[in-house]
Amino acid sequence: MFGKLTLEAFPFHVPIVMGTLSVVAILGLALVIALTKYQKWGYLWREWITSVDHKRLGVMYIILAMVMLLRGFADAIMMRTQLAAATNGAAGYLPPEHYDQIFTAHGVIMIIFMAMPFMIGLMNIVVPLQIGARDVAFPFLNNLSFWLAVSGALLVNISLAVGEFAKTGWVAYPPLSELTFSPDSGVDYYIWALQISGIGTTLTGVNFLVTVLKMRTRGMKLMQMPIFTWTCTWANILIVASFPILTGALAMLTLDRYLDFHFFTNDLGGNAMMYINLFWAWGHPEVYILVLPAFGIFSEIISTFSGKRLFGYTSMVFASGAISVLGFIVWLHHFFTMGSSADVNAFFGVTTMIIAVPTGVKLFNWLFTMYKGRVQFKPPVLWTLGFMVTFTIGGMTGVLLSVPGADYVLHNSLFLIAHFHNTIIGGAVFGYLAGFSYWFPKAMGYKLDEKWGKRAFWFWQIGFYVAFMPLYVLGFLGMNRRVNHTDNPDWNMWLYIACAGAFIIALGVLSQLIQLYVSYRDREKNRDVTGDPWNGHTLEWSTMSPPQFYNFAQEPVVKDIDAFTDMKENGTAYQRPEKYAPIHMPRNTGAGFIMGMLLTACGFGMVWHIWWLVIVTFLATIVTYIKRCYDNDIDYYVQPDEIEKIENEHIAAVQSTLKA
Amino acid sequence: MSTSVMNHDAHEHEHHDSGSTTLFGFWMYLMTDCILFASVFATYAVLFMNTAGGPAGHDIFELDYVLIETFALLFSSITYGFAMIGANRGNKQVTLLWLAVTFVLGAVFIGMEINEFAHLIHEGFGPQRSAFLTAFFSLVGMHGLHVTAGLIWMVALMLEVKNRGLSPRTVTRVGCLSLFWHFLDVVWICVFTVVYLMGTVQ
Repeated sequence: MFGKLTLEAFPFHVPIVMGTLSVVAILGLALVIALTKYQKWGYLWREWITSVDHKRLGVMYIILAMVMLLRGFADAIMMRTQLAAATNGAAGYLPPEHYDQIFTAHGVIMIIFMAMPFMIGLMNIVVPLQIGARDVAFPFLNNLSFWLAVSGALLVNISLAVGEFAKTGWVAYPPLSELTFSPDSGVDYYIWALQISGIGTTLTGVNFLVTVLKMRTRGMKLMQMPIFTWTCTWANILIVASFPILTGALAMLTLDRYLDFHFFTNDLGGNAMMYINLFWAWGHPEVYILVLPAFGIFSEIISTFSGKRLFGYTSMVFASGAISVLGFIVWLHHFFTMGSSADVNAFFGVTTMIIAVPTGVKLFNWLFTMYKGRVQFKPPVLWTLGFMVTFTIGGMTGVLLSVPGADYVLHNSLFLIAHFHNTIIGGAVFGYLAGFSYWFPKAMGYKLDEKWGKRAFWFWQIGFYVAFMPLYVLGFLGMNRRVNHTDNPDWNMWLYIACAGAFIIALGVLSQLIQLYVSYRDREKNRDVTGDPWNGHTLEWSTMSPPQFYNFAQEPVVKDIDAFTDMKENGTAYQRPEKYAPIHMPRNTGAGFIMGMLLTACGFGMVWHIWWLVIVTFLATIVTYIKRCYDNDIDYYVQPDEIEKIENEHIAAVQSTLKA
Repeated sequence: MSTSVMNHDAHEHEHHDSGSTTLFGFWMYLMTDCILFASVFATYAVLFMNTAGGPAGHDIFELDYVLIETFALLFSSITYGFAMIGANRGNKQVTLLWLAVTFVLGAVFIGMEINEFAHLIHEGFGPQRSAFLTAFFSLVGMHGLHVTAGLIWMVALMLEVKNRGLSPRTVTRVGCLSLFWHFLDVVWICVFTVVYLMGTVQ
């Protein structure tokens, strides 16, 4: 009836897990009570869960990312405190089998369920607005993609309560991840969480590529798209070209584990290196998927807050393209030590170094954008400046690692850990947080509190250096990654410092939570009435904050890269047309949510070999989809009088603010 | 040109365009599918010599049998083309007839493939025997699963055409399945060449 699932799968004997679960249960219960008391269930269902509006989906993606950031960050704090406690041969408080799950979950969560949803969330909110579109090309698909991402996140979190998570590291290399060496449920949770959310990501990539290619507003040429849209477009090209490889690799590992196939096993001709190659043929483009949109965010921010045009728009677009193409021919640098010949290693070492060139082009473009500009040091700019320094250091240690000879020494050490946190936190995460404070007023209608924003930045920035610079030193001193406890007095001091750094970052995270609360409390004071709080350059600032559900009453006509600046200078901004035309809009649908939840149950059934559940939920998913396809009531028209009412209110608000 | 006329144009444009956007989006999805196939082809290329003492390709492949299978699939592409012509002309009966013929040919292909697999497994040459057989069953089987999905889709589509006629939305769907079906044909030509022909010659 329940497959492999027995009472023993529940971790009653692990106090840390039970404590966490009871906190989650209490918070969840409080949420349910609050929703019931204020009768918000219907609102939640109609306006959010079933929404096909790209702006709402974007907000939900970012909420998912933030929840998972807290979860992943809790893992990080546990690892750092364990390593600070377990010196001089002490065991610490986390036994190896638990510690191994924590570092695996930390990696998977931060990459797949924090960074990806954050990036896709910002892209959802901003890209259709920047190209003057009413929504994405396939709104229902967008909703489905979101619920597939949630489905994967749910499976990772369910593994906390039922069974366990993988103990293999976030890459799940075979043969360790094969049934022989990982017979428990952990790797299966890993597989299904990544598989389900990965398919959602592929669909998102397809959706947004079609959106920018087919739905740009009148007059907007490709080389007039805002730079953030361009970097997202490169990221989407990488998504559609690389995520299917992950799908394939995971499917093969699945067949090995479930049906005794021999893709990657040690016996009967299997070849584990094939998995490692496929994994990184996805994994390396994946880091550019994360960081390219962040580069776009920095470009938008630095240009807006310097009051200048972006320096070198064209070179920015082509540099992003060069990074995208090169990103596909460097994957082997993740395993220089795994038996390739010197010539092969040299090739991949050189291609890796070349990536530093277009990245350097970008940095100089940002510097030249600021040059002679009147830079306003608001939180988004602070994140950008912090990024420029931090990411440069991370990039340089990356070039160090790209030398195969050096890699033989530094491979698998904490030097590597310091390097990639240096680029992913200093590049991607700082970028998303910058974008978060930059576009927050657009999405929510009020600005974030600046005082707490600056505090958050400084705690993050200082905490980052205190936490990760010691890891470079520890790498040189010979400490390996994924170590549970140590017995080397030379390392102790650095481990203590790194632990202190993690707590300084925790203060940064806390400041952000306070910032959200304070900003919400003072929302009337910080309200963005005009929709253009920063004197922005691009079309998203020409609508209301939050934008009307149809985004634009009339398709804007674009003549310039900085389309909105152009309109403001020519006096064509905020103009009322003679007559409004009806707007064609998609209807909300529950099909995406239902399919996402069914696939969560299907994944759970696969993990525990509950075959009836798998069959029932899988068939139900297909039936739900076909039913949705037969549904003819999928769209409607907004009538001109309704549009006129909404638009008049906005224009009146703008005019009264401009007068004041 | 007055504002209202411009708006009217944009509005018409929006409607007219949605079918081609869908087809383009589906084509883009097919390209991701193509990369998925490419990954499995690459894996097959790496593993096909690892027979682990079991049979190699030329020991188990029956080219005559696979050739019949291949022709069933190739002909189904032609018959799908006829269905597409019927759909574009708005002829419901012709569309349904040729979709049904395509379905039968697709079902023959899948039936023959299942028979081949069953035969191999019965002889003890299942995917668990060696890395070569793992890769063989997975590559050919993945193509087969795609064809099966196409057949299920075809049934759903035939019901839609029968009950609702050939609205623009339905014709777009017939067009999407057409892309899918021809794409699977192209993939099969690669499978036939790389797996069966090269495996037999080797």
